[in-house]
This record gives sequence, C-alpha cells and structure tokens, in this order.
Amino acid sequence: MIHGQLFASFFKIGLFTIGGGYAMLALIQEEIVRYGWMTPQEFVDIVGIAEMTPGPLAVNAATFIGYRTAGITGALLATAAVVLPSLISVIIVSRFWERYKTSPGVQATFAGIRPIVAGLIGAAAFLVGSASLQGAKLGAVHIPTLVLAIIAFLGLVLREWDPIKVLLASALLGLIFF
Amino acid sequence: MDKKTSWWTLFLAFFRIGLFTFGGGFAMFPLIEKEIVNNYGWAEKEELLDIFALAQSVPGAIGVNTAVFIGTRLYGMPGALVALLGVITPSILIILIIAQFFLEFQTNPYLAKAFAGVRAAVVGLIAAATVRVGKNAITDRFALALALGALALSSLKVIPVIWIIFLGGLSGYFYYTKRGFGRK
Repeated sequence: MIHGQLFASFFKIGLFTIGGGYAMLALIQEEIVRYGWMTPQEFVDIVGIAEMTPGPLAVNAATFIGYRTAGITGALLATAAVVLPSLISVIIVSRFWERYKTSPGVQATFAGIRPIVAGLIGAAAFLVGSASLQGAKLGAVHIPTLVLAIIAFLGLVLREWDPIKVLLASALLGLIFF
Repeated sequence: MDKKTSWWTLFLAFFRIGLFTFGGGFAMFPLIEKEIVNNYGWAEKEELLDIFALAQSVPGAIGVNTAVFIGTRLYGMPGALVALLGVITPSILIILIIAQFFLEFQTNPYLAKAFAGVRAAVVGLIAAATVRVGKNAITDRFALALALGALALSSLKVIPVIWIIFLGGLSGYFYYTKRGFGRK
C-alpha cells in the first residue's frame, strides 16, 4: 500500500514541477502532511540537506523521503516516480524538436526564449544569492561568503575556471576560513 | 565507435555533471557546457541554450530534463535512460548515505562550513552562467528587454515561470518573424 502511495505522490510531484524545484516544495509538503510521512521540522531539515547536496531538489527529496518511509525500495520507487514524467514528456517533445527546429517560426520563437532564459538564470542568481549571503543579523551580508562568491564569479567569467574545481576549492576555503 | 563504449561514456559524463551540480539546475549549465560542448562536442553552445529553454518548459527538474534531451538526441530512448541514470545516480547514492547518518550530518560543524563555502561558489556559478547565457542570447535591444523583464517578473514571483517562457516565445515569434528572421 505504502509503495503505491509513494509512487503516486512523487509521480504527481514530478509532473507538476515546471520551471524549478522551489515551486515544488509546497507540493511535497502537501503530500507529506496528507500521508504523515514526516514531521514539519524533519521536512525543513530535508530541504536544507537537499539544497546542500548535488542533484535536483525533487530527486533528493524523493530519495530521502522514500528511504525513510520504505527503505531502499521506497527510495528507488519514489525517485523513479519523480523522474518518470520528465522522461516521458522530454522524449515526446524531442521528437517534434528535431523535425521543427529549423523552421523560421520556431527559430524566431526561440530567439525570444533565449533572452528570457538568461533573465531567469539572473533571477536565480539573486534568489540563491540573497539566501546564501545573509549574515548573522537580518539585512546584513556575510562578507566572507560575498567575497568568495565574487571571486568565483570573476574567475569563471574572466578566467574560464573549471566549475568543478571552483566548487571543490570553495568547500576547502569554507572549511578553513568560515 | 561501438555502442557499449559510447553508453558508458555518456553515463560517465552525466555522472560527473550530476555529482557536481549544487544549487539547482541552472548551476548545471557551466558544467554541461564544459562536458557536452567543449569535451565531447555532442552539441553546439547555442543548441544547449535551446535545450535548456525546452528543459524548463516541460514537467520535471531542469537537470533531469536536460540530461534526457541530450541523451535522446544522441542515442534515442536508450540514450535518454543512460543519461538519466548518470545524472541522478550520484545524488541517490549520496542521499542514501546521508539518510543513514542523518543526525551526525546535521550536527557536524566541519561539513557545515564546507557547505557554506560551496553555497558561496554556487552564487558565483549562477551569476557567471547569467553572463555567459546573456552574451549569447541578448543580441539586440528587444532581447535585452525580454531578459530584464524575465528577471524582474520571476524575482518578484509575479507570474509562473512557464508563463514567462511562453510569453517570451510568443513575443519572439511575432517580433522576429516580422523582421524576416533566419539563422545566419
């Protein structure tokens, strides 16, 4: 019974996550409350961990909650459920994509969408930035974090540093200096 | 190039991408660019932008969608599955380990500091991606207006992202076809 519930819930979550993982948090919380899988406090902790570990928020949440409710089977089931809508819709869309991507109408449309994507990524930078750079007092900025972020930014843009090396170095620097 | 080697290469490439993508799908862009465009030449940079845009317009996490798109282009359905497995396996493994040691993880000060460093880098990463994507995508004043509009609308959470993308596409369609747009 619980396996079915897990699968159904996370399939729904995967289906309605469009445009970003944060939109889906409200949905996951809904499902958790409905089935009583964990306490609200535990949920907040999960989100914190899911943000710190690699991988999409949705997938991390599915794996964790699946594991806690039904062990490894639950973890695999929930994770499979949450990515299945992606798999299906992307395969469908990519059929059309190959055929129509050279038509002028499609080209024009994407000429409009590309700058939108740039803007959205910029917005994500603001959102993540404001969350990560917060200092001890409200409205204050944690200077070391800001400095590290700026260094990373400049290195990536001006010197084409390898993103993976930047992440690893930052973890080390955080460990030493923060 | 025999199929088995290619699948393993595909899996590994996305395993690396999945392993180092912190902070959400957008942070994945520079990593994907490095692996897919620079290392393996599986797509052009501009195609990557389009794939990214598409990946945000269909259900599911951006990271997963992007992986599946690229995998499908390369090897159809099996490619989609291999890329998908590659990109989510690292996080599954890591989360399972963490779930086992949940309590210790929450209270370890060293891990907290290391992750604080990572978060800072993620901000820089996403900001850098903005610049790179912007340089490529913003070719005229209309595009700039679209980008700024999207930035404002999504930051203020005024309308859902999918609508922003839809409106952008619609505007692009009408604006650029009127000007006789075509690929250079």
